[in-house]
Amino acid sequence: MKGEDQPPTRWTQHCWEPFVSDHPERLARFQTSSGTPVDPLYCQDEESPGPGEFPFTRGIHPSMYRGRLWTMRQYAGYSSPQETNQRFRFLLAQGQTGLSVAFDLPTQIGYDSDDPEATGEVGRVGVPINTIDDLDQLLSEIPLESVSISMTINSTAPLLLALLLALAKRRGIAFDQIRGTLQNDILKEYIARGTQRFPVEPSMRLVVDVIEYCSKEVPSFYPISISGYHIREAGSTAIQEVAFTLANGIAYLNACRDRGLDLIQVGRRLSFFFNAHNQLFEEIAKFRAARRMWARICRERFQIEDDRACQLRFHTQTGGSTLQAKEPANNIVRVTIQALAAVLGGTQSLHTNSWDEALSLPSQEAARLALRTQQVLASESGVTDTSDPLGGAPFIEYLTNQIDDGAMAMISDIDERGGMLVSVNDGYIRRAIEQSAYEAQVTRDSGESTPVGVEEDGAIPEAPFRVDASIEQQRKQMLEKYRLQRDDSAVESALLRVEQSATGSDNMIPVLIDAMESGCTLGEVSRRLAAVFGESQDHG
Amino acid sequence: MDRSGPIRVLLAKPGLDGHDRGIRLVLRALRDAGMEVIYTGLRATPAHIVKAAIEEDVEAIGLSSLSGAHETHFLEVSRLLKQEGAADVVLFGGGIIPQQDVDQLRSAGFEWIYPPGTTLDKIVSDLTSTLRPGTKRSGGH
Repeated sequence: MKGEDQPPTRWTQHCWEPFVSDHPERLARFQTSSGTPVDPLYCQDEESPGPGEFPFTRGIHPSMYRGRLWTMRQYAGYSSPQETNQRFRFLLAQGQTGLSVAFDLPTQIGYDSDDPEATGEVGRVGVPINTIDDLDQLLSEIPLESVSISMTINSTAPLLLALLLALAKRRGIAFDQIRGTLQNDILKEYIARGTQRFPVEPSMRLVVDVIEYCSKEVPSFYPISISGYHIREAGSTAIQEVAFTLANGIAYLNACRDRGLDLIQVGRRLSFFFNAHNQLFEEIAKFRAARRMWARICRERFQIEDDRACQLRFHTQTGGSTLQAKEPANNIVRVTIQALAAVLGGTQSLHTNSWDEALSLPSQEAARLALRTQQVLASESGVTDTSDPLGGAPFIEYLTNQIDDGAMAMISDIDERGGMLVSVNDGYIRRAIEQSAYEAQVTRDSGESTPVGVEEDGAIPEAPFRVDASIEQQRKQMLEKYRLQRDDSAVESALLRVEQSATGSDNMIPVLIDAMESGCTLGEVSRRLAAVFGESQDHG
Repeated sequence: MDRSGPIRVLLAKPGLDGHDRGIRLVLRALRDAGMEVIYTGLRATPAHIVKAAIEEDVEAIGLSSLSGAHETHFLEVSRLLKQEGAADVVLFGGGIIPQQDVDQLRSAGFEWIYPPGTTLDKIVSDLTSTLRPGTKRSGGH
């Protein structure tokens, strides 16, 4: 603590002071509404690690939000690249500080908008992006060199990375200027999210191709976001969310090590993505425990000595499955509690759900209100003025330990079964999540944990937002035109190189960039990859 | 045609939607209630769903969609069922289905459209009372 009448502590002297001399805090002084000064940290035991110190239980940066607020990053995308571009520019104008692209399901699974498999799904849950022109329109008048772009894309992540880099070349922007995050977390697709296209083994190769390529060529980009969000949405407990996410992280680090990559370099560019549900203290403890566990895993399992490479940095989204269709305005309160948990847990970026998302995609007004919720927390609540304000509270420390112990036991169990790849493939993880979902549903149905305001006969309001169904037809015409204008022989030879590259073992990203620059579509490239890799099957 | 014995149901995820938490819960609840349930897994086409329903001789088909593609896929399943002369199969659905669409789906033959928050018990008892009227529920929870 840096109170003027107290001697400087070990943490203040060795961690906080050197950091703030390079990274000044947002304000010259922090104080309560009564004028009481607020210090950067409160602790009972001066020797225990503070924020910015391994194992980072109290946060990854010494000054946390006193230095820089979290990135407010709302996930958005629907209908067409043009319409989504309008929504992006609206959100940026409202003070949002990063972009997050929601792709439609055909794009996520590797089908063009005019593929029969895409029928009914085009532009529904996100934006269709099939070509470099689509991406150019999506990011029209958005400077790639200054706005960071997060993309929720997994089985086709290498293709979207290739499109983004092809666009950077078109716009004359150097790859090292590109900032953002690619979700690129395929393992949780098989267990929770369901957009897998290829079998596990070739998919893991593509994940590592992306990480390897970015570590060399796109150094400011986060090439993977290891996601517990969807595991929790699928019904896991908070402890399972941490355990399965970190177990996936271990599987990716193993794969990177097998490829011969430098784990310090990889570790510094890993990111994570968690959920925030309603139980405030358990959620806060979850984030603290996850940070501590990951740091320990990096050091003890992977012998990563570099502190920064052991930091768990993460994005949070509030819990979609906690939103209720009845009396939906109550969701604003739920989202506020969840967002508060994420901030008190030290998140690096945050998406707050819109109150109307149990009914449809969010309306523009609801999307603005969700962003405003973050802004109120950031500017008006004072929760940003000291790091890990609940750290040291007996209840929080108890819950942190419980999550750490419980999740470590699950990871050991997965180790004993032969690791995460085995446990994903044989359905073990899915069954565990499903069992938790079932138990939660039984508890809810029995009336033990019924949400507020959802009586059986309550009315459900009309959906506030509809995607225009004519988008599918428009996209078909657009793609037809695109295909007519390109050089067919260049496309065909690029696709052949994709197939050859897929059968070999070299990093595929350069060939994919070349294919996108040659005018190939996402669907065409995916089809060639599937011809080599096979298709993933869900047998129910 | 009146049937006795366990109720046979096909559950399906049409389209590309990967949200299967709800349908898997329904699958388990129907089985716990003593029904014989076949589940297609993700990404079933309407043609595949109707073919499977006829081959498996089911009395009801339950569809789930949370991606907004219900109009396309649910209506196509209903159309194909009629075309195949199997319009007596009871249809039901669930997911994120806007209230505005419920009437249209009901007039296309969907007996029930279950919104988020529906209890498993409600689905079991709807199916039982419609397909085995007068019988007492057995099993379940």
